Amino acid sequence: MTSVTSETGRTTGTHVTRAEVCVVAVAECFRGDGEILANPIGTIPMIGGRLARASFEPDLCMTDGEATLIANDRAVVAAADRVVEYWNPYRSMFDWVWSGRRHVMMGATQVDRYGNQNLAAIGDYARPKVQLLGYRGAPGNTINDTTSYWVPNHGPKVFVEAVDTVSGIGWDKAAALGDAGRFVEIRRVVSNLGVFDFATPDHTMRLASVHPGVTVDEVVAATGFALVVPDDVPESRLPTADELHLIRDVIDPDGTREAEVPDPAA
Amino acid sequence: MAPELAGEILWRDVTREDPMADKTMTEEDVVGRLRSGMTVAIGGWASRRKPMSIVRAIVRSDLDDLTIVTHGGPDLGLLCAAGKVRRAVYAFVSLDTIPLEPHFRAARQSGAIEDEPLDEGLFHLGLQAAAWRVPFLPTRVGLGSDLLRDNPRLTTFTSPVPGPGGGEPEQLVAMPAIELDAAICHLNVADRRGNALFLGPDLYWDDLMLQAAPTGGRFLSAEKVVDTPDLAGHGTLHQMRISRMMVDGVVEAPGGAHFTLCDPEYPRDEVVQKAYATSASSPEAWAEFRANWVDIPEDEYRRKVREAAA
Repeated sequence: MTSVTSETGRTTGTHVTRAEVCVVAVAECFRGDGEILANPIGTIPMIGGRLARASFEPDLCMTDGEATLIANDRAVVAAADRVVEYWNPYRSMFDWVWSGRRHVMMGATQVDRYGNQNLAAIGDYARPKVQLLGYRGAPGNTINDTTSYWVPNHGPKVFVEAVDTVSGIGWDKAAALGDAGRFVEIRRVVSNLGVFDFATPDHTMRLASVHPGVTVDEVVAATGFALVVPDDVPESRLPTADELHLIRDVIDPDGTREAEVPDPAA
Repeated sequence: MAPELAGEILWRDVTREDPMADKTMTEEDVVGRLRSGMTVAIGGWASRRKPMSIVRAIVRSDLDDLTIVTHGGPDLGLLCAAGKVRRAVYAFVSLDTIPLEPHFRAARQSGAIEDEPLDEGLFHLGLQAAAWRVPFLPTRVGLGSDLLRDNPRLTTFTSPVPGPGGGEPEQLVAMPAIELDAAICHLNVADRRGNALFLGPDLYWDDLMLQAAPTGGRFLSAEKVVDTPDLAGHGTLHQMRISRMMVDGVVEAPGGAHFTLCDPEYPRDEVVQKAYATSASSPEAWAEFRANWVDIPEDEYRRKVREAAA
């Protein structure tokens, strides 16, 4: 049982689910971004991005998942209910990506210690064991704008020693490029087990926090490379009472977050 | 001599007895203009507004050895399943509600097709370069990634222009023009000369594909073909993004994007899409889908869609 602390510090005793902890961890990725396009892709990422905008990062712009930027707080909005701020067909996305006015949160079938990401193919690329989506926009996103990743199924097959194909480039690839890599920022990875950043001298992945109910050993065992683990690993923060209200009643009243990351206590 | 009224000129232009001005044709006529070995761009995006009636006509034809340039969906998958594809040029392939395209995956995993992967932005620049008749456009997209390993057409070069603040010139990627032989798109409303409107939220890359393709190889199907004076009334000025200067053939194809979605006319037919996706499970399942939904005349296809919806 996880309790929630209100902004006045009063514990309400409400059970907070793992999905809700993930939502807050995603929202925190966008803290400080200001008036840029926050572009989280996926169920919990979208809810987390909406939470950031509805609370501490009000200037963020966000998509409807398709061709407009909308002001709604709700994660998924019917076309007729959208409060449209801008027409943003796919081709407009490059204006935000290539100018750096965007922070994308992508998924990753594989991610390594430097934040290199693979969503193109598993195995030898020339004759893949498993063909995935393709390179999609990952090379262009990572070289041009801030990038974070969302992994709902943390395990050693996702957090790998080396990705089979580098679609999104990580800190090591950026460093090797010199000036040409100057716009690369792989900010954070949020998984169903914890939060990871690259705040190490050589930008290798560090365990920044574990979600309540998860041990450091569990995270290490579920990670296929040597994670940097500080002596004291904090717990990921819980939503405030106000944030919990926003998540449950305003942003995701249908509870879609719980299907993406089932609560261990459920 | 007094200048003619603009309106009179317009009216005379579009109503004159001139067979060259009428570009309407059938799906089979489009196929007849294509040749095996061609590089063909297909409009739409994933499982959205794909020119499926023309794609099916290609599947039924003798054409093969095609290079398909697409923001891929069931267009590429169907052509892969039918053995029409030599090479795929794409950034992603998806059915939207079914994230991974099973027929495309099967073709990749069995080594049946050559693969030319791109980033979505490189795809855009390659078409733009072709449309503008320049050999490449510069970008930093691709640097550091395995795209430079997996797509040997991508090369890097040192900028001829000094870097920021007069510093060292930077390394860039040259995205080569994607040279097309043909482009095929599906729009909402067109006239007989090839002017057309999109009525959904996104034009995708349709206009750019039509601009990148050479004269003689630019085709569109449309839900509806109307007289030119009636065209503007079907949408807004901003939706009139396809000019007859980009188009050589117009196919009237109500429901022509089915089973992909065509906003605002119809949503994706998830039942037929699921049947299509499931048919990748075995050669028998594919043969059955093909017999039911591909190897039939268009009027029968439309009748089946109507009956299924009833």
